[in-house]
Amino acid sequence: MTTLFSRPWIWSWLAAGGAFMLTMLLTEGRGAGELAYAALSFGAFAAIVGLGQMMVITLGPGNVDLSIPAVMTLSGTLALKAMGSVPGAEYWGLGVAVAVGLGAGGANFALIYLLRLPPIIATLAASLVYQSVAIWSNRGLRIRPPEALADFATGRAFGIPNVALVGLMLAVVVWVVLERSIWGRWLLATGQNMRAARLAGVPVQIVRAVTYLTVSVLAAVAGYLLASFSGGASLNMGQEYLLMSIAVVVIGGTSIAGGNSNVPGVWGGALFMFLVVSMLNSYGFGAGVRLVLTGSIIIGIVIVASTRRARP
Amino acid sequence: MSTVAQDSAPIVALTDAAKSFGAVRALDGVSLSIRPGECLGLVGHNGAGKSTLVNVVNGGLAPTSGRVDFPASGADTALVAGVRSVFQELSLCPNLTVAENLRISHSGLCGPGWRRAARAEIARTLDTVFPGHGIDTETTVEELGIAERQMVEIAIGFAPRGQDVRLVILDEPTSSLDAAIADQLVVYVRQFCAQGGAVIFISHMLGEVFAVASRILVMRDGKVVADRPVAAFTRQGLVDAMGHVADDDTVAAVTRDLGPEVVRTDDGLAARKGEVVGLSGLAGHGQARALAHLYLGTTSAWRGRRDPKMVFVAGDRTRDGILPLWPILRNISIGVLQQFSRRGLVDRSAETALAGDWKHRIGIRTGDLANNILSLSGGNQQKVLFARALASTAPVVVMDDPMRGVDVGTKQGVYAMIRAEAAKGRTFLWYSTETDEVCQCDRVFVFRNGRISAELTGDAITEEGILRASFEMQDD
Amino acid sequence: MRRLFSRYRILLPVVSLALLLVATFYMQPRTMSYFGVNLLFNLAVPIALATVAQMCIMMVEDIDLSVGAFVSLTACVTATLLNDQPVLGVGVLACLVAAYAVMGAVIHRLELPAIVVTLGMSFVWGGLALFILPTPGGASPGWLRSMMTSTPPMVPMAVVASVVIATVAHLLVVRSGIGTVLRGVGGNARSVARAGWPVIRLKALAYGLAGLFGVLAGMALVGLTTSADANIALRYTLLSIAGVILGGGEFTGGKVSPVGAVIGALTLTLAASFLSFLRLSPDWQIGAQGGILIIVLMARLLFTRRNTRDG
Repeated sequence: MTTLFSRPWIWSWLAAGGAFMLTMLLTEGRGAGELAYAALSFGAFAAIVGLGQMMVITLGPGNVDLSIPAVMTLSGTLALKAMGSVPGAEYWGLGVAVAVGLGAGGANFALIYLLRLPPIIATLAASLVYQSVAIWSNRGLRIRPPEALADFATGRAFGIPNVALVGLMLAVVVWVVLERSIWGRWLLATGQNMRAARLAGVPVQIVRAVTYLTVSVLAAVAGYLLASFSGGASLNMGQEYLLMSIAVVVIGGTSIAGGNSNVPGVWGGALFMFLVVSMLNSYGFGAGVRLVLTGSIIIGIVIVASTRRARP
Repeated sequence: MSTVAQDSAPIVALTDAAKSFGAVRALDGVSLSIRPGECLGLVGHNGAGKSTLVNVVNGGLAPTSGRVDFPASGADTALVAGVRSVFQELSLCPNLTVAENLRISHSGLCGPGWRRAARAEIARTLDTVFPGHGIDTETTVEELGIAERQMVEIAIGFAPRGQDVRLVILDEPTSSLDAAIADQLVVYVRQFCAQGGAVIFISHMLGEVFAVASRILVMRDGKVVADRPVAAFTRQGLVDAMGHVADDDTVAAVTRDLGPEVVRTDDGLAARKGEVVGLSGLAGHGQARALAHLYLGTTSAWRGRRDPKMVFVAGDRTRDGILPLWPILRNISIGVLQQFSRRGLVDRSAETALAGDWKHRIGIRTGDLANNILSLSGGNQQKVLFARALASTAPVVVMDDPMRGVDVGTKQGVYAMIRAEAAKGRTFLWYSTETDEVCQCDRVFVFRNGRISAELTGDAITEEGILRASFEMQDD
Repeated sequence: MRRLFSRYRILLPVVSLALLLVATFYMQPRTMSYFGVNLLFNLAVPIALATVAQMCIMMVEDIDLSVGAFVSLTACVTATLLNDQPVLGVGVLACLVAAYAVMGAVIHRLELPAIVVTLGMSFVWGGLALFILPTPGGASPGWLRSMMTSTPPMVPMAVVASVVIATVAHLLVVRSGIGTVLRGVGGNARSVARAGWPVIRLKALAYGLAGLFGVLAGMALVGLTTSADANIALRYTLLSIAGVILGGGEFTGGKVSPVGAVIGALTLTLAASFLSFLRLSPDWQIGAQGGILIIVLMARLLFTRRNTRDG
């Protein structure tokens, strides 16, 4: 039990569970299934981009990807345009999304490595360009996803939303990579101390490059799914995921100082972010109170995490 | 000059001051007083206790026992007593101009027109200390060359800053100045002392110490071993006083058959297969940089290898070695993961077996390899770094002063292991700040001012030979 | 040669803005007039103030992800409280500045990552803004409106305001003694502390200054748009970071330039309108800002490379 409570991700799950219980208290248990289903559906998108952001943040201080919203929008737009509502084009669309992710991630890392820009400014500048490409190719048209894809994105299997299954699958893959693979060890070592990792023989530059590619591909896949889920791409579809992707990582117990990833916590954080909003909604709080509480919780978690780190 | 020194109250007086860091007595009962008009030359080899003494005098460290007083001013703290330090590491703000840097250490400069006052004060001091310096007080420090930065730092040390400057501590002030400018400093220091100031002058240039000092203090192992007027010393006597004269029974390395040359760099560093090559000289004279350069140039940041050409043992464990969030196990295995991988995944049973094996071979004192690396003592952390390097198959091992803060028992074990590995054909490049370690090597490169100043082999590897090459003996 | 490079930091932003301005005038000669210039740069004033706020944070080696939300909040306060109950409005705005200073002290004291704390604060500011102004609306105080839309002789208001902002920020951050020490904190905090300065108070002061400029940005914005909403300035967060960098600032080392920051903000604003004059589709306006950012940073890389080779 003590080992369970020493896990940093447990707190995000407890918080999510608490928010769920408080909502149920009000409705006297009605709608529990629906709420859980909605949390899994909407949490999936935050979790997928959160996984990517988590890997970037793991790279150490100064590493963060601000281009996630723009990549989501661009991939959603281009993928739907490529499929053009034609049945059977689903995999072609997925291919386009992944290609967008690889291209954006490659461009981001090229700016970071070749121009030696701080990742924040490199991904920020690149995201402005991606956003424009998305606007240009979208032209205000709303293209519907092929029917089969829309059905998949909004459908369920074994009572669990399909998008949540995809998100869980990706989480398992990321977990295996981080905890069991050599590449994961390299990433965690690089994030703790890049110089020490390099001197220990870790190929730190390729680790950084692959990480920036991965975050963009994950954002692109999330954009593809989100556009299919909501029946078409819109230009502001990624907007809320800029702060969201960082917030779920931090709430999930991943250290902002790097070198320490936490995959289960990302899902916990994603569920929490959705559940706390629905809890406050059902208690009749306005959007203002909701946001203030969300912000206070993020800061509270950071303070608790950092003071606990300092004590031992 | 000497009459002044006899008459007045000391600016600073140490009474049996001692300072320990854990079990290490860095300063071992030093009594010392510095009077107005004196220039104290402070010499000693690495780890003799010079910087600890300086930090106790300037208030940076509180002594573990004994007293530090400032009788001349009656002040409580070094800052109020007019004691200033000019450190070897740069303590300027690189983004500010020369005049603005004076503002940082002189809070009395304020109100409109502070800029003009600051410019005038720093320019006046620069003109006095380094006539014809050519430094514009409106340039930002980062645009200055290293020598100019050092000049500015010295000038800020001597600038009035609204109080009486009584004692200025100069730690290797000339390390990046050329001879002509260093001479200007020597002239100014003499003049400053003649006017009743005092200076502690630390330098590896013995010629300068003789030129500037009125009294020389030699330190060894945290103690003052000689404290006499400058006239009582000869250069040879000074070098002898710094070394361990009694310890002349070190076993000379047995001459062995060595293989072909496996390392050769542009700056002259070379090593043959199976050789233990030492890098020596005073700390900070380019040894660490040469090794890092060699390692980073030989290995790639883009490709991990199952059979690395070279491995690195860090001495600055926090900066270069330890991965602080990880257990001991992962800290050992990080360098050799590819040796036992299966389709990119870590073979964890092989990893545990390897770490357990090295725990016994090198004697890491821990109950459980799953404990965090920081739960180990410094010496045991260092053993982990040795294990990380030696577990690999790399033919060349680079070691950057790896014995810092390591106890004697561990050292003996590691020496034996290095010998055994060298006999099996591994090559070691070993930078050490401790002369008796370097004396065990097959070949020694002594560094001074970022370059190799001597290459010693066989019988020529002696403490005296290394000291001679580390300190600049001739006047230049 | 060195002297020239020592000034490149401000030279580069100036040249980029001048080139862009010349190109705009060439494309659309009608903008080369009193009203044309005012139109081009009108909306740059609040952005310039927000950029200076961001610069105050970057000066002490932190980053502020809450500038946009904070400016939105102060805009909402200006459009409601300051208009209806001026005394209360001023009091609330002063409290917000103080809150920023406290945030800086807490970040320093508890050694928290500024990026996460400001991220959390951006939700808090956004929530407070919605609380004060749930639906878009409000009104600008008359004096503010007439100040922002006044037509001084010869030079348009947007230009006058930019010059005033740049001058005040320059005096405060570059010329004044305390500003120098603040930049010293970014350059070498250890040596500032060693000289006896209380670094925590300096950090609080830097954040407080950022809060002050954030308040001014919100007020200027309301003066121009005459109403506010809770999301009115969210994009300022990214614009302000880009503006500081474009103006020659850096994330580390306390290297900031207030004049450069204002010029950076003007360049970004101009970049957006420039392409519409090129008769390219307005789709590319945001991309042009990103493109110009990348190009200027590339140019800066060339300069710094040559600089290190010379020196």
